[in-house]
Amino acid sequence: MSAAIDVDSVTVNYGDVPALDGATLRLNKGRICGLVGMNGSGKSTLFKAIMGLVKPDAGTVTIDGGSPAAARRSGAISYVPQSEDVDWHFPLSVHEVVMMGRYGHMGMTRRPHKKDKLAVAEALDRVELSDFAQRQIGQLSGGQRKRAFVARGIAQGATTLLLDEPFAGVDKRSEATICALLKELAADGAAILLSTHDLHALPELADEAVLIMRRVLMHGDPAVVLQPENLALAFGLDVMKRNEMAL
Amino acid sequence: MSIFEFLLDPFDFVFMQRALAVTVIAAVVCAVLSCWLVLIGWSLMGDAVSHAVLPGVVLAYIAGVPFAVGAVLFGFLAVGLIGAVRDTSRVKEDAAIGIVFTTLFALGLVLISVTPSQSDLTHIIFGNLLGLSHEDLFQVLVLGTITLVILILKHRDFTLFAFDPTHAHAIGLNPRLLGAFLLGLLALTSVVALQAVGVVLVVAMLIIPGATAYLLTDRFGRMLVLAPTISAACAVVGLYASYYLDAASGGMVVLVQGAAFTLVYLFSPRHGLVATRLAAARRRKAASAPEQPARTHTLAG
Ligand SMILES: Nc1ncnc2c1ncn2[C@@H]1O[C@H](COP(=O)(O)OP(=O)(O)OP(=O)(O)O)[C@@H](O)[C@H]1O
Ligand SMILES: [Mg+2]
Repeated sequence: MSAAIDVDSVTVNYGDVPALDGATLRLNKGRICGLVGMNGSGKSTLFKAIMGLVKPDAGTVTIDGGSPAAARRSGAISYVPQSEDVDWHFPLSVHEVVMMGRYGHMGMTRRPHKKDKLAVAEALDRVELSDFAQRQIGQLSGGQRKRAFVARGIAQGATTLLLDEPFAGVDKRSEATICALLKELAADGAAILLSTHDLHALPELADEAVLIMRRVLMHGDPAVVLQPENLALAFGLDVMKRNEMAL
Repeated sequence: MSIFEFLLDPFDFVFMQRALAVTVIAAVVCAVLSCWLVLIGWSLMGDAVSHAVLPGVVLAYIAGVPFAVGAVLFGFLAVGLIGAVRDTSRVKEDAAIGIVFTTLFALGLVLISVTPSQSDLTHIIFGNLLGLSHEDLFQVLVLGTITLVILILKHRDFTLFAFDPTHAHAIGLNPRLLGAFLLGLLALTSVVALQAVGVVLVVAMLIIPGATAYLLTDRFGRMLVLAPTISAACAVVGLYASYYLDAASGGMVVLVQGAAFTLVYLFSPRHGLVATRLAAARRRKAASAPEQPARTHTLAG
């Protein structure tokens, strides 16, 4: 079986800023993988490389055994952006945003048919946002906003979900709701890659964890990967001290 | 004078009928496009493209080809140059826009000044609503219809592009192509509108209606109806005003749009200044203590 996501020695430079340097990562279907690393360690860049938003200077990305472009066209990939990247004042309802997940399956004018409306209603139901369908997206809480974007991926029928910091600005209860949802999706066969700074929740949520610092330092069982001496590799010691003080 | 005479008198004249048709078409097409421009943050781009089409229009006039051809070429040239200056020098985007469009606009002015029988062309700068020919009307009708039909058929894609280009990319669409398409339509729209209000004031029609509608609703679908409705109404009122006050028609139309925006800015039920101030005052009264953010155990990030 080919891996859902196969990143093979990918190098990305922005001008002369190296963002990824030979990063290698394989993720199988049905698995949840947590991406952990400092600010600027290349997490978002890795997402962009998987999505084909940046062209690697070296290395290859394969999705479901094929090219990322083919995977995108078939609607297999869904991306939940970092909150800062979304215009929350945009005059769209939750329903309309989730419907955008269906556009790849629609005709030229993207007029929704019955099956599209059904898929959206089901997705909203799964993330428990049915009662909020007609709200403007900015009128949701942080956790609800994330769930709306996950619903878009569900409506799309994506089998590879990429979530950039889904727990930033989300309280513990919403985080638990999102985690439960992601686990359900993984149980249905989706491959889920997410970046997070919440190290405590990770062993409970993820099947695998990846330490990243421009390249993949370590990839394995979260309980092992998140050992303090390993984190020190990725974060540097001063950050670890700060973290301990905060605990 | 009865109200009927007041309303109907101006349109005894053919030139006034043409003026009305052209203004309303221009107002509607510009207003629909402006909904996307204000949400993407392309108002300055609208300013730039609508000015930069001038040399294209002049060259098209000299070469005897449709204005639209020259306009679209120079519209893209302007966008390309802006991108090049921004990406390959340390000059920021707003400065790049300012440099490129003023230079191209100046080129247009110079070309007009050296072109024989330039009277047709000077009209392009300030608009010449009351002197429109039959051909002008025809051109506006054709271009306006084409632009409007494309905008309506592809409106969901353009909205997706405006809201979340990354998602557009993720589902296999090409956001760069969608953006380029929108810019091409912007250039076409500029040709439509410059017949009505002139190059200098086109940008007003490309920004004000969308911004006005944005203050009135939280639904993009409603914006797409409100903006052209308001814009067309303003165009008609402006035309009457210009007729009875004997004032510049293009200027009058834009002035009325500005007035409509001001009213909405102040009195819009949800997003108007008065409403938001009142709501804020009410909240201050009701609020006891500021909410504490939930404590989370996260790495400093
Ligand atoms: N568009 C860009 N142009 C130039 N450099 C960039 C660009 N985007 C990212 N970088 C640089 O590439 C490196 C990796 O950035 P990236 O955004 O991938 O990090 P990250 O791990 O997502 O960080 P964070 O935790 O802050 O989101 C950083 O040094 C950053 O400054
Ligand atoms: Mg990031």
